[in-house]
Amino acid sequence: MLNIEIDGKPLEVEHGSTIIDAADAAGIAIPRFCYHKKLSVAANCRMCLVQVEKFNKPLPACATPVADGMKIYTRSKAAVEAQQSVMEFLLINHPLDCPICDQGGECDLQDIAVAYGASGSRYTEEKRVVFNKNIGPLVSTDMTRCIQCTRCVRFLKEVGGMQELGMVGRGEHAEITAYVDQSVNSELSGNIIDLCPVGALTSKPFRYSARSWELTRRSSIAPHDGLGSHIEVHVKDHKVMRVLPREKESINECWLSDRDRFSYEGLNSPDRLKVPMIKHNGQWQETDWKTALEFAAGQLKDITKQYGGDALGVLVSPNSTMEEGYLIKQLSEGLGCGNVDYRLRQTDFRLDGKRTGTPWMGCNIQEIEELDRILLIGSNIRNEHPLLAQRIRKAVANGAELCIVSPLDNDPLMDVAHKVIVRPNDMVNVLGQILKAMSGLQKLSLCLPPTLNTLLEEIKVRPNTQKIAECLAGISEELILIAPKVGIFLGNMALSDPRFTEMYSMAEAIGGITGAKGGILPPAANSTGMHLMGVMPSATGMHARAMIEVPRKAYLLLNIEPELDCQHAALATDAMAKAECVIALTAYKSAALENADILLPIAPFTETSGTFMSMEGRVQSFQAVTRPLGECRPAWKVLRVLANTLGLNGFDYNSSEEVKNKIFHGEKPSALVWRSLNNNLKELVEIQINIKKEGLQRIGEVPQYESDPIVRRSPPLQKTKYNIRPMARMHADQLTELGLQDGDLVVAYQDKGSALLKVRLDNHVAKGCVRVAAAHPLTAGLGDLMGDITIEKASTEHAALYEKQLTEMA
Amino acid sequence: MLSAEAIEKIEYELAKYPKDRRQAAVMSALRIVQIERGWLSKESVTDVAKYLGIPEIAAMEVASFYNMYDLQPVGQYKITVCTNISCMLRGSDEIVDHLQHTLGVGFNEVTADGKFCIKEGECMGCCGGAPLLHVNNTHMHEFLTTEKVDALLEELNKG
Ligand code: SF4
Ligand code: FES
Ligand code: FES
Repeated sequence: MLNIEIDGKPLEVEHGSTIIDAADAAGIAIPRFCYHKKLSVAANCRMCLVQVEKFNKPLPACATPVADGMKIYTRSKAAVEAQQSVMEFLLINHPLDCPICDQGGECDLQDIAVAYGASGSRYTEEKRVVFNKNIGPLVSTDMTRCIQCTRCVRFLKEVGGMQELGMVGRGEHAEITAYVDQSVNSELSGNIIDLCPVGALTSKPFRYSARSWELTRRSSIAPHDGLGSHIEVHVKDHKVMRVLPREKESINECWLSDRDRFSYEGLNSPDRLKVPMIKHNGQWQETDWKTALEFAAGQLKDITKQYGGDALGVLVSPNSTMEEGYLIKQLSEGLGCGNVDYRLRQTDFRLDGKRTGTPWMGCNIQEIEELDRILLIGSNIRNEHPLLAQRIRKAVANGAELCIVSPLDNDPLMDVAHKVIVRPNDMVNVLGQILKAMSGLQKLSLCLPPTLNTLLEEIKVRPNTQKIAECLAGISEELILIAPKVGIFLGNMALSDPRFTEMYSMAEAIGGITGAKGGILPPAANSTGMHLMGVMPSATGMHARAMIEVPRKAYLLLNIEPELDCQHAALATDAMAKAECVIALTAYKSAALENADILLPIAPFTETSGTFMSMEGRVQSFQAVTRPLGECRPAWKVLRVLANTLGLNGFDYNSSEEVKNKIFHGEKPSALVWRSLNNNLKELVEIQINIKKEGLQRIGEVPQYESDPIVRRSPPLQKTKYNIRPMARMHADQLTELGLQDGDLVVAYQDKGSALLKVRLDNHVAKGCVRVAAAHPLTAGLGDLMGDITIEKASTEHAALYEKQLTEMA
Repeated sequence: MLSAEAIEKIEYELAKYPKDRRQAAVMSALRIVQIERGWLSKESVTDVAKYLGIPEIAAMEVASFYNMYDLQPVGQYKITVCTNISCMLRGSDEIVDHLQHTLGVGFNEVTADGKFCIKEGECMGCCGGAPLLHVNNTHMHEFLTTEKVDALLEELNKG
């Protein structure tokens, strides 16, 4: 520890900290523009100049390490003069157009100019002008206002993983730009809006719609990926105007993914459902809540009475709250129905009943940074959990080695130590190889259960998997780590795979040998919460896949669009069409719900209170930030009244808190969670490692801006580069084998359905696979996300049909 | 696409730095490509970035920062006259006027025959020889007078 003094205040600070760190910790204000605690130090704005005793010139606080006995003055005459000069200098080329600048009222330059600047400028010459750049649909630019702090550049390079902006030119001609008319495509790009201390980078969707002082700020939890990022929702006149991150070091730090930041634009989309609707003779009719609920209750009663509770299927979105999950589960039980599930994009349910607890990511989000070795299985991490990718990137920057086993070779924008890109089916074999090599490395083969040993016998370890095994064991080119901290995670593609059980068991076994932390990376905001609530089939009930495979007489849908949210689009559409009655609790009057019979308008996350449980088991409640639109009601209320109308007992909750208390029996949520989170299996499951598979396999990834109903309706997200129409993407060798070329039109067949797709050359796709994005109307005719698929060249009639589809969609 | 010769030269430069620091060779690589192609088009900058495996904008930052990289065509002979303080005090303005008058082009312009281009230069660290200029970044001419400039132009015109 060092003893220093700032403005006469004696302080004890750590070795190696800078003056600005010390001042921040002591609550002493030092103005700054370029410094940011999460970015490298550039020291180029000079706003942080302070006077330091024994130095004959002011020093930048952000780049000066403290020394023992240092005496620092932030408000002395010399310091103030330096600050005023820098301010005057910075304002030389800055336009004084605050009244028409979107940053006005929340601008660091404005605030600091008032606090530290002089009252006038001596500069009378012409100011420079920099032309604006179009860097995409999310971030708007006003480059004349830029003060060249380079925070945006450093963020994209250091946190985003790819330097997409840079400063070209020199001196007076320096300007921030992307490379020759390119856009900024990072899935974290919105953060540069927060970072920019002036109005050079502002939010395009929010632009000119409100002033910061008109907004009411309310806390909430991000409702898309499994992180549970903390957000601050800004509201004006009962409308969500924008979403910003709320700092939470252990979850999202001070960042937010673009999906969480810009999805709010989809909240009030034109197809938002505002009143209950009932279909009469094929015609939708608006109605009141009482009629709708009585009708729905009547239908549910009739059908379950006539055919038994089993005739009902209940499909729940993993983005709904724990309270909603709990109530819908109770309601189904009340109707004698065990067919309830939230795992809409899963195919393999062989682990049901075999688990000891609720599967989770197996460690805390923050712990990822400390890992030495990371194995990602079947995960396109930047697409699935952008901020988790950022944590892994940090770990890699700290020297961790990342290994990937996946059917997709997407660039995670960080160094990958080893990767094996193979067909989903072969991933099991690869994991088996790693396991076998590991047990050899650790001389622990006897510790594997004998059945597993026999299974591994026929497997041949190849050099690249041997490398991964060595890496996980701590052996690498430069040094050997004894007992490295290992993390093993299974992503969305593994979770949707028909051989998930095999992948999971292998991962568990590898984890057992390496002492790894890890588990699954649940896709949605409340996947783990839904599991904890038991929103899963009863012992005799049907899981999500069975419910659409063997159509039910009636369906109760919570917050989903069946053909887009279920893993088998064609079966889902078919099941809904065949059902006698489909009751959908939904926020949108979606085209995907054309086959429904009753639409009950529910409130999205901004208009209801509730609780999400994140992938790391954090139970986080939030309040409504606006009142419900039109006749919409929070889903927990709708479920309560529906249950009451059905005459079921035990549904007298007056608030979502009461439901929550019931869920946790008044205990501290963390206590229950702590007992419940567990990735272990009760018993060994029977698995097969060496299954040969012929034919093409589909990689049906869900693009991040198609993941749930809100995101799908956010125009700015839909306009990003990520959102391209689904195509049949294949490796060059695969194209040659099929005699196809980039740009050809093909028909893709899965089961009985098909889709017309353009071919796209994509060498990131494993051979033997076709990458066809899911959750899109164009692929609604297709089947299993990770299932078999065949590709045929399309005829001329098809071409006409394809054009028609496109015009219809537009 | 970079030529085989350029690649060979760039590889020679790359060997001077650690394997995982390819960006370190960006200045040399840009210089090599500029010499080969006369100037650095966007395509050239992209080629260099791709070859080094760095973001294109990072290569552009370097290419646009330094005066000796030319992002516009510069003709056969690029004449860079130092216009900084020492040279100015020793009469660089006169040299510039004379050059512009003789060649009929201003700064950053190329003569119609594609032979000459005049550029404004920053201090070249040889103030002792002021006023001065250099041709194609390599040949320096000191203690300039208008006569010396005429002689130089004549020589270049011949060559
Ligand atoms: S655009 Fe904003 S963040 Fe980027 S350098 Fe300019 S002032 Fe800084
Ligand atoms: S904050 Fe220290 S120089 Fe910019
Ligand atoms: S000023 Fe011209 S060389 Fe220094």
